[in-house]
Amino acid sequence: MRLSDVACLRGGRMLFRGVDLDLKAGGSALLAGPNGVGKSSLLRICAGLLPAFAGTVERRGGVALTDERLALDMERPLRKALGFWARLDGVDDGTLDRALDAMALLALADLPVRMLSTGQRKRAMLARVIASGAAIWLLDEPGNGLDNASLKLLGAAVSRHLAAGGIMLAASHQPLPLADHARIDLRIHAAEAESA
Amino acid sequence: MRTMWLLTRRDLGQAWRSAGLWLPVAFLLLVASLYPFAVGPDAALLGRTGGGMLWIAALLASLLPVDRLVTPDRDSGVLDQIALRGIGEELIVLARLIAHWLGFGPPLMIATLPAAALLKLDGATVILLEAGLLIGTPALAALGLLVATLTAGLRSSGALAGLLALPLAVPLLIFGAGTLGDGSGAALKFLGAASLLLVAITPFAGGAAIRAGRE
Repeated sequence: MRLSDVACLRGGRMLFRGVDLDLKAGGSALLAGPNGVGKSSLLRICAGLLPAFAGTVERRGGVALTDERLALDMERPLRKALGFWARLDGVDDGTLDRALDAMALLALADLPVRMLSTGQRKRAMLARVIASGAAIWLLDEPGNGLDNASLKLLGAAVSRHLAAGGIMLAASHQPLPLADHARIDLRIHAAEAESA
Repeated sequence: MRTMWLLTRRDLGQAWRSAGLWLPVAFLLLVASLYPFAVGPDAALLGRTGGGMLWIAALLASLLPVDRLVTPDRDSGVLDQIALRGIGEELIVLARLIAHWLGFGPPLMIATLPAAALLKLDGATVILLEAGLLIGTPALAALGLLVATLTAGLRSSGALAGLLALPLAVPLLIFGAGTLGDGSGAALKFLGAASLLLVAITPFAGGAAIRAGRE
């Protein structure tokens, strides 16, 4: 995935400009910066959900995104709600079960989604990302609401993904349990946007 | 094709679980049972005006599910997650249109039978009414879905959807109710044309509306 000179205009305000990023297989980067600086917008631009105001985004491979929105059917059991996305992604039940296991959700698989707690919902969204088999993971605040044990699970899942040649771009205020990743401070790019 | 089937089945399942399928049916039956109280129990008058009244009821019933068609999935991120998988918004809307019609058209046509009995409609009128609804309900479903995509994310979208849909529904009402008093079958053909037009433009217009409404 490669971003070159990406700028983002939201509501008539230039949030940031001049963002360059080149992530090769196994590469990861962490977006930093205060609230409202445009971390989520950049992730949505990377996902292709928002057009970049300027610059180009090149992607090869599928994309998986988690943000603050659950996108699971509340009344259905967790396994069935995630199963809809798994079938849409064309992956089998075994892959989904492994993803549930990776997020320690197997015991909760038959509970309706509405019964799950905040952290459990977050883990369910991460399980969808893991099961999707997408090469590019875009994680928006993946550590929010997770306890220490779950954070470790997340770190392990990301490490496996990167070791298998995947790519991860995350926006997070919490330190994620990851060894080496590039760091992009959007504050610098926001300042560029203001001075221009 | 498989994607289409998965999306349609999920949308239909969601409609079933939210119990929204009964709303238009209950509305139609309620109107049909209130109407004789308003105009009196004169069988000849009821038989003459009842068919047109049922068309108005069907039209208004099609507005009831509008706020559950798109807004919940837009707010919960479902539409974005589907789009991430490289599935076009047009396909999303088309699948939703099929699911919405399946959950709206046939139940309404079945509910029309007891409603017609309440209004003392004769057999020939009931057959014309059902034929008209078979052709017209896809258009009503498409119109409801179209205004749902256009108003998704706006405040008081339900009221706005009514204001948007009703003027566009006038041709359907004219030709639909027109089939009842028309021996030549021309009204039925015009109804078919209006229906085809609405069904054909809804996936494209709705898909564009979802894309434009993305934040």
